[in-house]
Amino acid sequence: MTRDAKYWAPEPTPETPEPSGYPAPWKKTEVVGKPLPRVDAYQRVSGAAVYPSDLILPDMLYGAVLRCPHAHARVTKLDVTAAAKLPGVVVILTPTSPETEGITWPYYDGTEPVPILSTTCTFEGEPVAAVAAETPQQAADAVRAVTVEYEILPQISDLAHATVNGEPQVYARGDTAAGFAEADVVLERTYRTACEIQSPMELHGCVVRWDGNHLTAWESLQGVFWMQMQYAQVLGLPLASVTVNAAYMGGGFGSKLTISRESIIAALLARKAARPVKLFLSREEAMLVTGNRPGVDMTLKAGVKSDGTLTAFEFTDLSSPGAFSEGGEGLNDWLIRDLYTCPNVRCETSFATINAGPVRPFRAPGHPQGAWALEQMMDELAEAVDLDPVDLRLRNVPSVSQARGNRPYTTTGLEPCMVEGAKAFGWQAARTAPAQTGHIKRGVGMGACLWIAGGGGPPSTVIVKLYSDGSVNLNMGASDIGTGTKTWAAMIVAEELDVEVGRIQIENADTRATQFATSSGGSKTTPSDSPAVREAAYNVKKKLIEMAAEEHDLDPTDLRLADGAVLSRSDPSKSFPVTELQGVRRQRVVVGVGYRGPNPEGKVVCPFAAQFCEVEVNTRTGEVRVLRFVAAHESGRVLNRLTFDNQVFGGITMGIGYALTEQRVLDRDQTGKMVNVNLHDYKIPTALDAPADMSSLAIDLHDTECNTTGAKGLGEPVTIPTAAAVANAIYDAIGVRITDGPITADRILMALEAQGKEA
Amino acid sequence: MGRKRKHPEKAAGGVTRRGFIGSVGAGAVAAATGVARRGESTPEITDPEGMVQVALRVNGRTHRMLVEPRWTLLFVLRERLGLTGTKVGCERGECGACTVLIDGLARYACMTLAVEAAGAEVTTVEGLLDGEELGPVQKAFVEEDAMQCGYCTPGQVMAAEGLLLANPSPTFEEIRRGMSGNLCRCAAYPHIVKAVDRAATAKKKGGPQ
Repeated sequence: MTRDAKYWAPEPTPETPEPSGYPAPWKKTEVVGKPLPRVDAYQRVSGAAVYPSDLILPDMLYGAVLRCPHAHARVTKLDVTAAAKLPGVVVILTPTSPETEGITWPYYDGTEPVPILSTTCTFEGEPVAAVAAETPQQAADAVRAVTVEYEILPQISDLAHATVNGEPQVYARGDTAAGFAEADVVLERTYRTACEIQSPMELHGCVVRWDGNHLTAWESLQGVFWMQMQYAQVLGLPLASVTVNAAYMGGGFGSKLTISRESIIAALLARKAARPVKLFLSREEAMLVTGNRPGVDMTLKAGVKSDGTLTAFEFTDLSSPGAFSEGGEGLNDWLIRDLYTCPNVRCETSFATINAGPVRPFRAPGHPQGAWALEQMMDELAEAVDLDPVDLRLRNVPSVSQARGNRPYTTTGLEPCMVEGAKAFGWQAARTAPAQTGHIKRGVGMGACLWIAGGGGPPSTVIVKLYSDGSVNLNMGASDIGTGTKTWAAMIVAEELDVEVGRIQIENADTRATQFATSSGGSKTTPSDSPAVREAAYNVKKKLIEMAAEEHDLDPTDLRLADGAVLSRSDPSKSFPVTELQGVRRQRVVVGVGYRGPNPEGKVVCPFAAQFCEVEVNTRTGEVRVLRFVAAHESGRVLNRLTFDNQVFGGITMGIGYALTEQRVLDRDQTGKMVNVNLHDYKIPTALDAPADMSSLAIDLHDTECNTTGAKGLGEPVTIPTAAAVANAIYDAIGVRITDGPITADRILMALEAQGKEA
Repeated sequence: MGRKRKHPEKAAGGVTRRGFIGSVGAGAVAAATGVARRGESTPEITDPEGMVQVALRVNGRTHRMLVEPRWTLLFVLRERLGLTGTKVGCERGECGACTVLIDGLARYACMTLAVEAAGAEVTTVEGLLDGEELGPVQKAFVEEDAMQCGYCTPGQVMAAEGLLLANPSPTFEEIRRGMSGNLCRCAAYPHIVKAVDRAATAKKKGGPQ
């Protein structure tokens, strides 16, 4: 059902209203681009912000889910008699409860919908029954008191033993055989990445309340409107009977682009109990069932001429959507297809279902995986033809999207990112530093990328209201998932209306109170919604100027808005405070509506990046320390330098986790169960893992074509090339290439031993 | 594979609810002894279902209430007192989102039973404000943009408070180490470290806190 919600390939939306006199690109800005603290920082540091998991409603119950503890099993007996008698237990739902009859859960991938509660469970953690009780402890007691018997079925949780689903998806251009024939060097390598789990700090879940036939959900989500559609579709309700609110939410990284099966379960519990229900997952549950970045087995064959010209790529991969797909598999081959100029490319992508939790989108689906292979291969090719890694890449920079019919990019930041990044890093000097003696080895590495989306697009509708005292209300549908959406939106309004950011009130991410916006994911919120915000504010300004012109019989083209007044350009003595305009006094509010217009025809909008790092490897212990990072990002105009840099550093740090520590470990030979299902054994980076020395370069090529603010996405590219850059730096340090991620200490020691190097 | 195996779930077997509560109660008594050493009265089990009367001191206010001995301080703060600034991230002492000060020490509220906290001075992120005015650590977090989604932020702020109480002039390395018990998946760490450094300076300028 949510196929059309795939956020990285927006469908054309002909219903989008034409822009009503789009403003021209800014020549210079007063507020936009400045490093301003977040407009909601007070709420976030004081505890005043109410996240969905914080909500307490009168008469609220707590939900809990009984989950299959096996990777593959059939429920043979389910007895809730004892559980129902426990104190505080109000409602129990089982697969045979009338309330669950006909309610099915449709996954992204078009496979047959499954019952909302399962009797045949195809992954560990699949919901079997659910309880609502007066306290969460009582709900948990009741779950434990349900008698379940399972027939354990054969499980496959290892890609090597899984059956490939159908034929591979093939992308091809040119003639790879001819390409390899004209190459001076041909290399073929296999690469593997581990399965990574999004692990946002706020757990997945919701508080739901029925009000007659109207459902209201406060849910930790990245976008409320697709979720309103999901609730409506699964529960058979009109959109007008579903309200979803996620004004604050504690991180998602893609895993909150869909509602969870548990959200529907919560709604069913609440309907049966006729009381509100809060159902938030535990960390263990979230790690099992709320998505992941699938691990991938990849083979890449590449040909290069001795002058550094790439001649051919052949790529095959195999990854798994888990037991089902909730979106986010695939695209592992996109960078191979599109990042560097190469006339002959063939990519074969395969999937195999396994008995493990369904995938969901995870920050730049497929791209860090593809970068892991491509960017390590580029370094090997460079060495083989005796070129600097940056130099080889610079010889193969495209100005068109080869995988999209050679359409040109609005701007191509790949080259300036590499050149400026290398300069800031001191790449030349670092590459030619003398080899170290002793067991601590230093090395430097880099990686580059683009992100398939990041240009955003329609639809988006935003409303800006100017109150009669000159303060402003900004009404936008987009979620602020931590990227500073509300802050740059307020800054754009401040820029257009010359009003202080502190005098702007924002309401967002509420299906009842705001207008449709696409979900916040895929680095497309800023480029999708910032033009709509700008147009809405611009239309308020236009109305104010028209009012002043009419009331005072002036030429509107001679008027401008500044400091709370409409001013004449030619006669500085003519100044009319906004609050004294008759139109404002009569209406008490001036409303401007902004729409997102279409993207430029025939062009492709992409953000680009290059990242450079230095690492230190202890060849006795295998430990890696990442010492410093320099990241150069071309994401169009920077709307807020402070939140921009913050996101760059955060993306790098997440990429370091991907490179060095993060991996879902399944007991693949025995039970198929996840063995590191907690944040102690599944290691996400801490403050000590983030390099103390990180710097961020913003490469602004003044993209006036992409949209009216010139801003492109940032959230995905910041983490795409990172792990590959770390892998390249480790190779530079120890002279052994490790192509299986994450590069843990034991892998380094084993690789050194295999090469007969010092251990 | 393919063999049949029966897996009756544990709790439905021999353990009765009364027996379960009894065993938890015994644990709570041990915990309560620790509290008594801090000079407060020993909580008594007064409720047939095992509820215990406690007096919790939170942000300078005393809350007299009945709690189940197994209720964590985190649960009571959030779901009973409505102090939802303290966040829940893992409920097993791994993420730090629930960090509060207990008698001036940064502690995970998810790893502390409510009965253990009785008699101690508990400070949550809400308790750092002076009226509507942010405290110096909170201000520094705003100014340095030491957050993204903000969910871990109250815990980070409380960890910073605890760190600066123990060490008013930490080096950058001490800050990184001191803050490493609090996960931030958005990884705002560089800004967090800068904010703690800024707060240390601000606190010193502002005299003893």
